[in-house]
Amino acid sequence: MTTTTASLASSSSRIQGSRIQRSPGHTATIYLKEAKYEFLKNLRLRMYTVSVLSFPIMFYVLFGLVLNSKQSLAGTPVPAYMIATYGTFGVMGASLFGTAAGLASDRGLGWLQVKRASPMPPFAYFVAKVVTAMIFSATIVLVLFALGFAFGGVRMPVGEFGRLVGALVAGSLPFSAMGLALGYFTGPNSAPATINLIYLPMSFCAGLWVPIMFLPNVVQKIALAMPPYHLAQLALGIVGAGKHESNAAHWEMLAAFTLICFGVARIGFQRDQDKMYG
Amino acid sequence: MIATLEQPQQAESVKSALIVASLEGVNKNYGTIRALRGVDFRVRAGEVVALLGPNGAGKTTAVKLLLGLLQPNSGRARVFGGDPTNPENRMRTGAMLQVGRVPETLRVREHIDLFSSYYEKPMALAEVLAAAGLEKLSDRKFGDLSGGQRQRVLFALAICGDPDLIFLDEPTVGLDVEARRGLWDEIRKMVTGGKTVLLTTHYLQEADALADRIAVINQGEIVAQGTPAEIKAKTAGKRIRCITSLGLNALRQIPGVTEVKEDREAVEIQAAQAEAIVRELLARDAKLSGLEVTSAGLEEAFLALTQDTSSGITQERNRSN
Repeated sequence: MTTTTASLASSSSRIQGSRIQRSPGHTATIYLKEAKYEFLKNLRLRMYTVSVLSFPIMFYVLFGLVLNSKQSLAGTPVPAYMIATYGTFGVMGASLFGTAAGLASDRGLGWLQVKRASPMPPFAYFVAKVVTAMIFSATIVLVLFALGFAFGGVRMPVGEFGRLVGALVAGSLPFSAMGLALGYFTGPNSAPATINLIYLPMSFCAGLWVPIMFLPNVVQKIALAMPPYHLAQLALGIVGAGKHESNAAHWEMLAAFTLICFGVARIGFQRDQDKMYG
Repeated sequence: MIATLEQPQQAESVKSALIVASLEGVNKNYGTIRALRGVDFRVRAGEVVALLGPNGAGKTTAVKLLLGLLQPNSGRARVFGGDPTNPENRMRTGAMLQVGRVPETLRVREHIDLFSSYYEKPMALAEVLAAAGLEKLSDRKFGDLSGGQRQRVLFALAICGDPDLIFLDEPTVGLDVEARRGLWDEIRKMVTGGKTVLLTTHYLQEADALADRIAVINQGEIVAQGTPAEIKAKTAGKRIRCITSLGLNALRQIPGVTEVKEDREAVEIQAAQAEAIVRELLARDAKLSGLEVTSAGLEEAFLALTQDTSSGITQERNRSN
């Protein structure tokens, strides 16, 4: 990932010519403000918060706490198991919608041009989107955990809790990368529908709604190609319900997926530049 | 900036230092559409220049070239003697563009706070709010504002960095008369502070009200440049309407008549000066009645100016075919 982000940054600086000499403090302030307002913007966008926060929470309460809370899956109580799966589902939604929908709209309806005409450091715009997606992801995971703790008897050592939240929040990055790629190749109107078209089937195949062992064999095979499957397996491993595949392999799959998506986003970024510079 | 100029150009640097933005022999095509054709255009320090033309004339393209959001196919765009995409130049530039959607859930002051942070020496928030007439609206979300108020916010974002050069692309498009005059006042306040401003508009009245100099653009070409008075003088004339028995051809042969057309039972005569022609008309037709003399309106004058060039282009095309 580091190489791609670095090349993204360097290509934008190449296009812009020399860099502005700002103090590190000033640059940090810009990045912070950009992230703060991106966060506030999404927080106040009812369409975003309702769809992104309420669905995973609602599903978790219904399927994890109300219906099956006394049962176990793969030796783990359902309320803990489903923090991992609906947590992954929530992280994926927050990251995809947070990046793709905003980028497609900003690109398509002229707002990004206003920002680009200003002396905004171009990279700040993207970092703000990724950071915001991570904050929303963390919020979802923490809310699920709090509900599980209060109503589902979920208990785990602090270290395990830390690793679970850490893994899921880090898992926001691949889907933010995917969202940026989608944002470059969809329009303001088609972005949300396109996201749903990818997000919902992927979630199903990855075993985020129906636990993976209850899915048909074919779907279980398809799941191996789905990034959310690997994130969910990492999270399930932490709560003791993983399929005991190698964690390194899951991380590698997610890292490779992230790289590919940043690569596609970079092509989109370049394509927009060429359209302007052609 | 002068240091970056090559040696032989140094003599020129004194002159060019006064030019803060220029398009030099610029051609810009979108596929087969020629948006700008050989445009030469300069904005000097401290000047308010209006780029005036109908929709689709190439005004926005010109602004985007000067902002470095587009690159010309040939020729070059310069700002402060350098490349418009140079971040140093972007620090000294502010822009109000036509935007389809601005993030609606952020408050006015939040939008200004973010854009101000991009600049080295931004204006204070209160100052920006006052200059854009937004004091009472600073806590409102963008989505709750009226069209005129939204334009004021975009104007605020253009000026908040205290830039030397400000681009205003159709700043009052879609506004009602009152809102438009309100924004004119804000722009006037701003330019008395010594800023250089390039604004685009399709209202001659707006160009006349705000600009020191007007460049008229039509179909990608600059067709006239000058002070508002000069531009108006080039086109403004008198319109004489009367009922007469004289034939159209006879009327056309009266010296000074530029155009004659039938209008219901009467004729309409266009001329630079009315007096001599009216004298001639009365002398030739004693029964002449319903005489009216009016000034050609500004908008009509502008229409005449741009229509002339388009018919000129048509003739040129016909010749080349």
